[in-house]
Amino acid sequence: MQGENEFSGKTVPSPERPGIVVSFFAPIGAFAIRIIGNFGAIAIFFFLAFINIFRSKQIREITSQTYYIGAKSSLIVMLVALFTGMVLGLQLFYTLVKFGSVGALGSAISLSLVRELGPVLTAIMIAARAGSAMAAEIGILRNSEQIDALYAMGIDPLRYLISPRIAASIISFPLLTAFFDLVGIIGGYITGVVLLGTNAGTYFYRVQSSLDLVDVRGGFVKALVFGAIVSCICCFQGYFCHMRKDGFGAKSVGLATVSAVVISCVLILVSDYVVTSFLM
Amino acid sequence: METETPLIEFRNVTKRFNGKTVLDNINLSIYENQVTTIIGKSGTGKSVLLKHIIGLLRPDEGTILFQGKPVNEMKRAEWEGHRKEIAFLFQNNALFDSMTVFDNVAFPLRQTTKLSKSEIEKRAMKRIEDLELGEAIGKFPSELSGGMQKRVALARALVTDPRIVLFDEPTTGQDPIRKNMILSMIIHYRKKFGFTAVMISHDIPDVFFISDRVIILWEGSVGFQGPYEEALRLKVPMIEEFLRSLDGFEDELTGLLSREAFKMHYVALLGNTSMEKTSAALLSVRLNILQEAIGAQASLEFLKALGQYTNQYFNNIGGFSARHSRDEILTIFPRTDLGEARKLVRDFSKKLENGVIERIKDVVLAGSGAETCFDIYMHAGITEVSPDDSIEQIIEKGRARQEIISKHRCDFGGKE
Repeated sequence: MQGENEFSGKTVPSPERPGIVVSFFAPIGAFAIRIIGNFGAIAIFFFLAFINIFRSKQIREITSQTYYIGAKSSLIVMLVALFTGMVLGLQLFYTLVKFGSVGALGSAISLSLVRELGPVLTAIMIAARAGSAMAAEIGILRNSEQIDALYAMGIDPLRYLISPRIAASIISFPLLTAFFDLVGIIGGYITGVVLLGTNAGTYFYRVQSSLDLVDVRGGFVKALVFGAIVSCICCFQGYFCHMRKDGFGAKSVGLATVSAVVISCVLILVSDYVVTSFLM
Repeated sequence: METETPLIEFRNVTKRFNGKTVLDNINLSIYENQVTTIIGKSGTGKSVLLKHIIGLLRPDEGTILFQGKPVNEMKRAEWEGHRKEIAFLFQNNALFDSMTVFDNVAFPLRQTTKLSKSEIEKRAMKRIEDLELGEAIGKFPSELSGGMQKRVALARALVTDPRIVLFDEPTTGQDPIRKNMILSMIIHYRKKFGFTAVMISHDIPDVFFISDRVIILWEGSVGFQGPYEEALRLKVPMIEEFLRSLDGFEDELTGLLSREAFKMHYVALLGNTSMEKTSAALLSVRLNILQEAIGAQASLEFLKALGQYTNQYFNNIGGFSARHSRDEILTIFPRTDLGEARKLVRDFSKKLENGVIERIKDVVLAGSGAETCFDIYMHAGITEVSPDDSIEQIIEKGRARQEIISKHRCDFGGKE
């Protein structure tokens, strides 16, 4: 296309309009670039926070965060585990009855819990409880310039705020998952044995004989991965809430909290599949 | 002074946010062991400038030099070393709201030093007591008033004995007494610890009493940098407009006319009166010397009392007065010849003892101890005013004829 220069009277080329194909794909490309950029940023964020775990003066903060993320979440995690085990016991009992395999109830419950449900449900519960709190707390610190104040005092905000939370999550997730598994198996015992009359000896024999160390190790690895993902995503969302384009101030904290929980849950399930496929 | 290498220097620094230029090709220098005050209207990038100094923001273009060395060429450890010598008092205080006052003040020491617990406690308590925060020690920031929060932030900023302190509006939200206390404290600590202070403030003219240099930011650029007196002398339109925008009808500190209002009175006088019999007196006190002797707060009180008394005394006989620099008051006496003006000023000086000195004695003694005695020398330059004289020319003539009109000493009263 050609346009006329009003000062010289000469014709000069005008910028070409993008075609339909480019107009269609450009936003998709921009979105993809943004997502990849975010993943890169999260990776760097996690790496920098992780190496700071091993700096001095961290024990106190890590202990305090472990208490908050781990100990204070234990009751709700065990409650969920109990009813998950009980529902599993109920569902599996009536399914196995059809095949005359009620004796395998202990195996079915323990394997389901230790391999999948334990790590996944624990991670989702902690993401909802502690992860949302992490995002909101850090977001408020950011918006009230308390993170800038840390930097101004010569204190690395990543070291002081993020590293202890990541370390505490990596410590707490496997422990809470172990509790979940244990309480879930007890839940299955309550419905399968106490309420529905399966033989107690058979139940525990099946639990013991069907669970290998490989299963426990797999669940442990998943819990570690989920711990790192949940803490990293939640802290990242709070830490950079001031850079959100969809909201400022208090709204940005709210949006960061929602994003933290949603992204964490999605990534828990995605990474569960990835880790399981590696472990199988 | 300014031939030495600046402690901090901005060279062609530009900063944009979302396409909007906040700092536009800024060049400025901050010198060691001085109080530099940055003034400018809201939204001119003052806080942004301060955040560049500490590294919270980085320039899009240009360079920031620390002791002559570009920050972007420094190794991380070297820059971190410098950064730890800087303390920042945030505009909104940025206190840790989940910590008590004591923990807030002790926090930098706990995190950045290897001091023992008892030493940290001792130092934190010292700052808390310095700032009269003893009652609030166990309270959380949300339980404190805005003024107290500001003082907690100040205590936290000073607890590490920093080499450079950046104050982002330290006196905002304070009552006049606390405001003066904070400004006095900044002077006091600067003398005691020898730190360099960079301060953003809207408290004009109070802030000029403690400033060695002034930087005026105007629409993202540096309109002026240098001593305050020079800013007033220069007739740069940008500075004139800025100062005009700050001037109300009255000088906030002294209650005298603002410079603009004074000019309006003078122009009206030129239009209505025969100037054959008009005189003027330039009253002054050496504020720097006074400040050294009796402290900043008492000096301010003195100036305030002097301004109020001058207003009261000369207004009754048809004169009008305004402060034309931080320690000079110009009074015009319409329809008064030189001899009459001299007599008026002489009478005025005799009555100063009761009208002004008595009022500040308590402040001086409370601030510096009962044993302190002080000398105050009042100067005046009395001159005739001709119709062609501009205000600046009258001031010059007054300065040329300065003489001591009275001496005041705490223990013997005013003497001519």
